Amino acid sequence: MLLSATRPRLTVAVTGLNATDSPGPGVAVIRALRETVDFDLRVIGLSYEALEPGIYLRDMVDRTYQLPYPSAGTAALLERLQYIKEQEDVAVLIPNFDAELFNFIKLEPQLRALGIRTFLPTLAQLEARDKLNLPAFGAAHGLHVPASRPLLHAGELLAAAEELGWPLVLKGRYYDAAVVHSLVQAEQAFGRLAGQWGVPLIAQQFVAGQEINIAGLGDGHGRALSVVPMRKLTITDKGKAWAGITLEDEALLALARRFAEATKWRGGFELEIMRAATGELFIMEINPRFPAWIYLTAAAGQNQPAALLRLALDLPVPMMDGYAVGKMFVRYAWDLITDHTQFQQVAALGEL
Amino acid sequence: MKLPYERPTLRKLTAGMPNKFGPRAGARAVTALDGVAVAELVARFGSPLFVLSERQLRRSYQAAVRAFGTRYPRVQLAWSYKTNYLNAVCRVFHQEGAWAEVVSGMELEKALGNGVPGPHILFNGPGKRRADLERACEVDAVIHLDNADELHLLLDVAAGRARRPRVALRVNLDAGIVPQWDRFGFNLENGEAWQALGRVACSGRLALVGLHCHIGTYVLQPAAYGAAATKLAALARRCAQELHTAVHYLDLGGGFPSTNTLKGAYLPATDTVPPLDDYAEAVAGALLGAGFPPDELPLLVLEAGRALVDEAGSLIGTVLANKRLADGRRATILDFGVNLLFTSFWYDHHISPTREFSTAAEPTVLYGPLCMNIDMLRESIALPLLAPGDIVVVHKVGAYNMSQWQQFINLRPNVVLIDQAGQPHVIRAAETLEYLQQLEAVPAHLL
Amino acid sequence: MKLKKNIATSEAGFVFNPATGDSFAANPLAADILARTKAGQEAAAIKADILEHYDVAPGQLEKDWDDLLAQLREFNLLD
Ligand SMILES: Cc1ncc(COP(=O)(O)O)c(C=O)c1O
Repeated sequence: MLLSATRPRLTVAVTGLNATDSPGPGVAVIRALRETVDFDLRVIGLSYEALEPGIYLRDMVDRTYQLPYPSAGTAALLERLQYIKEQEDVAVLIPNFDAELFNFIKLEPQLRALGIRTFLPTLAQLEARDKLNLPAFGAAHGLHVPASRPLLHAGELLAAAEELGWPLVLKGRYYDAAVVHSLVQAEQAFGRLAGQWGVPLIAQQFVAGQEINIAGLGDGHGRALSVVPMRKLTITDKGKAWAGITLEDEALLALARRFAEATKWRGGFELEIMRAATGELFIMEINPRFPAWIYLTAAAGQNQPAALLRLALDLPVPMMDGYAVGKMFVRYAWDLITDHTQFQQVAALGEL
Repeated sequence: MKLPYERPTLRKLTAGMPNKFGPRAGARAVTALDGVAVAELVARFGSPLFVLSERQLRRSYQAAVRAFGTRYPRVQLAWSYKTNYLNAVCRVFHQEGAWAEVVSGMELEKALGNGVPGPHILFNGPGKRRADLERACEVDAVIHLDNADELHLLLDVAAGRARRPRVALRVNLDAGIVPQWDRFGFNLENGEAWQALGRVACSGRLALVGLHCHIGTYVLQPAAYGAAATKLAALARRCAQELHTAVHYLDLGGGFPSTNTLKGAYLPATDTVPPLDDYAEAVAGALLGAGFPPDELPLLVLEAGRALVDEAGSLIGTVLANKRLADGRRATILDFGVNLLFTSFWYDHHISPTREFSTAAEPTVLYGPLCMNIDMLRESIALPLLAPGDIVVVHKVGAYNMSQWQQFINLRPNVVLIDQAGQPHVIRAAETLEYLQQLEAVPAHLL
Repeated sequence: MKLKKNIATSEAGFVFNPATGDSFAANPLAADILARTKAGQEAAAIKADILEHYDVAPGQLEKDWDDLLAQLREFNLLD
């Protein structure tokens, strides 16, 4: 190909290859990156488990290396990345997994010294949007968030319900949630969520309405370079969008821009929005990374992962204006075929 | 030369990670502590063996003094005896300049025995008896009042004394951490503390010199210390204004974490524990902004325990046996258990092999030698293929283990201190059966 | 020790049980033992060879041998 011969070669490493029914964004990020016109890309997958589907998508991912679990800490991660850097000339690394961000943000200077660039929020930004801190975050920046309070024991449920009203949303510390309509239900749900995720739980005001997600890219100086809102059309039993459509709505764009401005957000983000019947927009959750449906932004004309790649390399990125409205994604499941020998390579040696 | 041997083993390949260090790395071998070979230590002092590093004790102490002292002009550390009251350890800290913080009559005597002047001993604790109070008055230690009954007992003890006993009020307060420790001291928010201060002041029999709080242990939020310092400072200002009593010192207690990882924590403590500087920044900021006239800034007292001593302690032990459990899991039995490593109930201690192994690792349950079901050191840990006789080192065990250890089923082992020149000294000898039985008496009819 | 017939072993130390779909990674010594067993060598001969070449006491080897058998049994790899 003439074109690729003229484009500089670049190696990018991407995590989040767990394209399962509660998908990580890695494969979608890679798909979007592959459409960049700037580089001739080599894509390195970084996985935590041997059966992350992205590993076996061999035409998307050139080679995969396993990483130690985030719980092993930064020292183990850095050692592994040093090894990978000896094998592959990784210039940019794009983490896509909430639980690993803390480590990658902490390691930013060391990675930079290794010659690996990232483009991530700061630790303070990461902390501020944590579920537990969301009310304070909303108050500080004048953003609507549902009223909520932390719960340490089931005895506080009644007071929480009096304050927040029925039904009540109970959220696990890290994952999982339940909508409960009575004290009995609430106590049951409390036992289950606290047993699984520990305390505190978060009791949140129930907001009825339409679920909308916004994918954005902050430049770290207060500008959202790209904002693409999407309404979920079908939702899995895990609450994930299985089909969605891009929307045109100035209020949504303004909200995301205000978020980026208030926080000086650096990197990809996703706002989970509830649009109440009154039209009021509530921020239900803020994800500090691209969502799994991020390829839709590329398909609609604003390739956020490709733009993030440029930001990581200190290349200019103009404000992106306009995207295709009514562009839809419909997700599907596909059975990749591989062989036990490949699985053995990944599971035992950590490389494929 | 024969080839090095490692037992033959098979690992079932699953979707998860082969080992926690990553695919190509194993646990690092630790062959020496402060320059002394682990093998030599075991040969000379046996196994298990506690080892303390004098260099690390001093380094941790100086780091704490530096963190707070560079931000606030008047700082004093008081060594929290219960954390580790081996005399050699206490004396290292006293040499560095530490006062003593004690919580019983026994600890009070220990501090006096270590040459700490009475006025430099801070006497905390909810269980002081009359005799303890009398002794404290006698040596002019500062009594940190815990409750109203104790206050009245002390007023009684103070009656007729030539010198007014010096007291501080222990306060518990809402510093924004949960659960709030409210069982020690007088509550601030409900007015109890102020009421007690009024009683102390108007009694005329006690000299109020300080205010104290200790908000918890292994507290991960520096901001909580800022909140506590703000509240304590406001209380001190109120004492000055309304009771015309100048409080000399504010004691913010201990509770600063060490870098041991709590059980159930997702990320290792080495990555998540805030540096002591963050705590110092919060406290100094609060005190400097509290409105004290510059020449009346109170002394800041700190009772850091685990943060000063945890890292300096190691426990050397030996693999006694390996076995396979009914469900196929590997189990390793060590020569120390929860009797010596009390902190394994709440920490996932870092454990190192002491020789090189291949990267093969097997998830292993770690048991101690006690014939008790609770004697489990770790439910699952990825360790190299240890064989009987292999030596391991448990790191950061200096806090609470050498005071909360139990003489149960086995005798307690040697404790050595490696001095700054790399010389090991026994600072507590291994117990003997004779030692264990010396206080026993057998009635004549059983002889 | 008699490995199931259809167990596949690879040079890299991988073991595959076609009847269950399970894969295993053997460390070098275990891989060597399995390969020799498949090739029809007797246990006694394998052990003698290990004792000759490796730094291990006979008692330790016997114990570890039993443990390997326990693992193979646990993993359903023995006849
Ligand atoms: C009054 C007081 N001060 C200081 C300490 C030392 O605590 P830490 O080891 O958490 O610093 C304790 C321990 O419980 C204490 O009760």
